[in-house]
Amino acid sequence: MAETNISIPIPAAVEAPESRVVVAKQWRLIWWKFRRHRLAMIGGVVTILIYMVAIFAEFLAPFPVDTFASKYTYAPPQTLHLIDQGADGSIHLTPYVNGYKVVLDYAAGRRNFQVDPDVKYPIGFFVHGSPYKLIGIFDTDIHLLGPLNKGDPMYLLGADHLGRDMFSRTIYGTRISVTIGLIGVSLSLFFGILLGGISGYFGGWIDNLIQRLIEFLQSIPSIPLWMGLAAAIPQNVPPLQVYFYITIILSVLGWTGLARVVRGRFYALKTEDFVKAAQLDGCSTLRIIFRHMVPSFMSHIIAVVTLAIPGMILAETALSFLGIGLREPIISWGVLLQEAQNIRAISTAPWLFWPGVAVVISVLALNFLGDGLRDAADPYTA
Amino acid sequence: MLPYIVKRFLFMIPTLIAISIVVFIVINLPPGDFVDRLVAQAKSSGEVVSPQEEASMRTVYGLNDPLPVQYFRWISGIVLRGDFGTSFRWKLPVNTLIWERLGLTFVLSISSLLFIWMVAIPVGVYSAVRQYSPGDYTFTFLAFLGVAVPDFLIALILMYIAFKYFGQTVGGLFSPNYVTAPWSLSRVLDLFSHLWIPMLVLGLAGTAGLIRTLRANLLDELRRPYVTTARAKGLPELWLLIKYPLRHALNPFVSGLNDVFVNLVSGATIVSVVLSLQTTGPLLLEALQGQDTFLAGSAILQLSVLALLGTLFSDLLLAWLDPRIRFR
Repeated sequence: MAETNISIPIPAAVEAPESRVVVAKQWRLIWWKFRRHRLAMIGGVVTILIYMVAIFAEFLAPFPVDTFASKYTYAPPQTLHLIDQGADGSIHLTPYVNGYKVVLDYAAGRRNFQVDPDVKYPIGFFVHGSPYKLIGIFDTDIHLLGPLNKGDPMYLLGADHLGRDMFSRTIYGTRISVTIGLIGVSLSLFFGILLGGISGYFGGWIDNLIQRLIEFLQSIPSIPLWMGLAAAIPQNVPPLQVYFYITIILSVLGWTGLARVVRGRFYALKTEDFVKAAQLDGCSTLRIIFRHMVPSFMSHIIAVVTLAIPGMILAETALSFLGIGLREPIISWGVLLQEAQNIRAISTAPWLFWPGVAVVISVLALNFLGDGLRDAADPYTA
Repeated sequence: MLPYIVKRFLFMIPTLIAISIVVFIVINLPPGDFVDRLVAQAKSSGEVVSPQEEASMRTVYGLNDPLPVQYFRWISGIVLRGDFGTSFRWKLPVNTLIWERLGLTFVLSISSLLFIWMVAIPVGVYSAVRQYSPGDYTFTFLAFLGVAVPDFLIALILMYIAFKYFGQTVGGLFSPNYVTAPWSLSRVLDLFSHLWIPMLVLGLAGTAGLIRTLRANLLDELRRPYVTTARAKGLPELWLLIKYPLRHALNPFVSGLNDVFVNLVSGATIVSVVLSLQTTGPLLLEALQGQDTFLAGSAILQLSVLALLGTLFSDLLLAWLDPRIRFR
């Protein structure tokens, strides 16, 4: 009859996404919100690429870091030509780079390089080069890119004062620079969660003490303090140890910011209804903290950690640049930038700035990623 | 207001003591001391230093005493006589070496701070009022870039551009003929003609950060009902903006100021090394590398005090701006 037709039809198209949102897990909501932030997505992709470069550095770099050629001191960057055009106009798909002509500049007392269009060195993909262990396990000698004939010069980003390939060195520098950020932040995170958690959980005089400590550490200008600590690293310790000292030095101040965030979150959540509900349910304190409180601020922590990594990268770069951070044979972007310290070097070889470009790209990417994560961290607010 | 100021000054004392202890420990962390280094240097140039000479040098420099004794000698000299000790390397009192440089560091930090304010406030307001306009996007992009490029790299790039395209060497705070000249009006003018490059370099990161903060704060405020009310009353748009939301938005801005100042003092250290400025930075680096304990320690201590004073100043400014803080 007529009554059965009166029932209001519920438009499926409106209801479906709503119910999807209602039943979705928190991480799914965060992902949906994060996906809308385009710059953050780009930042995330670039960040992943950078860490891939760090992992597969040996494969991506044409040469080992210490390959030098005194013949090619400060050789300028070559352009990689993918297509070779023969004299008769025929086109071959054989990548090559041009060789160099050396012009002696007697007035300045140095050799100037010019790219020589007549000399062509063939370049290949997946060529055999110097042997290495991929991810430290597989023995191989395949490199993504390299000269087909061993010993041919290939300097896509130019050469430094010993004729070492800046391209390979910047790739290897990635490994140290980005992991020092990661390890430094992990260390800071450990102390941050420990001390911030204690501060927020116990409150009272312990909280007061830790807060004063944080304020105190934050009132000291970081670079002079880092410089003092870094200068304390003895000259004769092995490079790997220097690496760990530097991460520890960076974490000395790094944990304070993270501890603040953790404490703030703890305080905010302590009074939430779901915590009270869990208490009334008879959950133990540890269960409340780890099952109920930590998951709800984990997303914030991840965002803050992401935003802390660039700071670490910049700090390491600054210290190494000054010559009191990492040292050769360890190569980071900061160590590479040491070469660009004097105006004479950078005016003859501006390509020494390339590691700096790498710093800027990675810091930008991590900042965008962190910004997006922070916005998405709390998916329940619009 | 006065009780608040007094309280803040009293709070500074324990912080200062703690800083001095931390600094002294840090400075004494490297193994060996200045005499060891001298002996090593002498050896490499073929001279022989007898153990007696070594011992007598240690006595002269007071390096034989246990560290707490050395600390108290250093700190009591500072507190009672304003004497920061003697630089081992320069064989001069730290005071004569450092004061002018510290003064220049101060001038540099303050002028960078003023630069940050003068740029960040109008740009931040513009970005918030004209949200998502091409101008906003441009400034946002520049701000992100300003945060991502390390300041010493900016300094290097500026040096490169000046050298390559203008044939000038940038660097230093004075023209050569004014470096050692006594202070005079023309020297001050010379200082200001050189100051703007390091000021720009130093201020960029801070400006970028503050533009973001101010924009976010102001955007929050602009959506408040009181803005609508004021607009309904017929207030002119600019006056409305300055009178209500901007004052609100400046609050977190000012409280973020102490971080900015600490960062300026900190960043000035490395930028001045690159640009070879006559500030504390290069002196500190040299002193640290040469284990010139008292010089390095005094430099870090004084930079910390400078940062602390900046923090104090911005806190007082905040208290003046926001009565809730004064009476808490």
